[in-house]
Amino acid sequence: MDTPANTIHYFFAGYAVIFGSILIYIINLIGRWRKLKRDAAMLEELERTRQTS
Amino acid sequence: MGQKPKALTILDWITGILFITAILGVFFYAPLEAVMGWVQKVFYFHVAAGWTGMLGFLVSAVAGVLYLVKKDPRWDRIGFAGVEIGMVFMLICIITGSIWARPIWNTWWTWDPRLTTATIMELIYAAYLLLRQGVEEPDRRARFGAVYAIIGFISVPLTFLSIRIFRTIHPVVIGSNDPGAAGAFDMTPRMMQVFMFSLVAFSFIFADILWHRIRLGALADHVEQKKIQLQTWGE
Repeated sequence: MDTPANTIHYFFAGYAVIFGSILIYIINLIGRWRKLKRDAAMLEELERTRQTS
Repeated sequence: MGQKPKALTILDWITGILFITAILGVFFYAPLEAVMGWVQKVFYFHVAAGWTGMLGFLVSAVAGVLYLVKKDPRWDRIGFAGVEIGMVFMLICIITGSIWARPIWNTWWTWDPRLTTATIMELIYAAYLLLRQGVEEPDRRARFGAVYAIIGFISVPLTFLSIRIFRTIHPVVIGSNDPGAAGAFDMTPRMMQVFMFSLVAFSFIFADILWHRIRLGALADHVEQKKIQLQTWGE
């Protein structure tokens, strides 16, 4: 009986793309969330300063 | 922005568990295909990523219709989130398809109807992102985005049906293959179980990321409004 073709390198490449892309996208979302949180806190601080002055 | 909802935390956990189970299923439970060997296992997440991408574009089209009817910015945020997630997963589908094609078709790329329509679809939605960046006024941007998402969605059924309408070498998963299809295989019950489970797991991944992305959009809008408020202060 014939053995299957040796394509394990392509298998690893495929799953590296899948896991890598999802991971990069999630890291990107977290980074954007943190930056917006910082901006929101800064703007609220600025708003408070203006209200008291 | 309020605290993270408890339901979202629960969804994160369920999604994580389903994803890990799907990975274990692909790596250890699904049998090795007799001709193609290991690369055939790319199939499970390749199709699931394509499914997720199309789900994202469907959500954006539905959200587009609802935005035009209700004029509620929440629908614009949902539509934008759907396109962004759809693009990420469709790109994964295209790249993994190319990796699978290399040992089976003996080429990284060919202008087959499925590959061509999928690429056109991805480019149509890339143009959606560019269009949004080019419009400053939020209402106008949302209106243009909604109309574009609805019209752009025509490319989705066209891509899905391309392997059933045109002569192609791309295999059909469910249904009969074109005689010229290369890389087709008969699914064993175990393969079918892992395939269906992967589709469910990726649907959960989509729902989970969509929820997070919508919250991100709401926060971005909140920051934008605060900036405008402060700029107009005292004018």
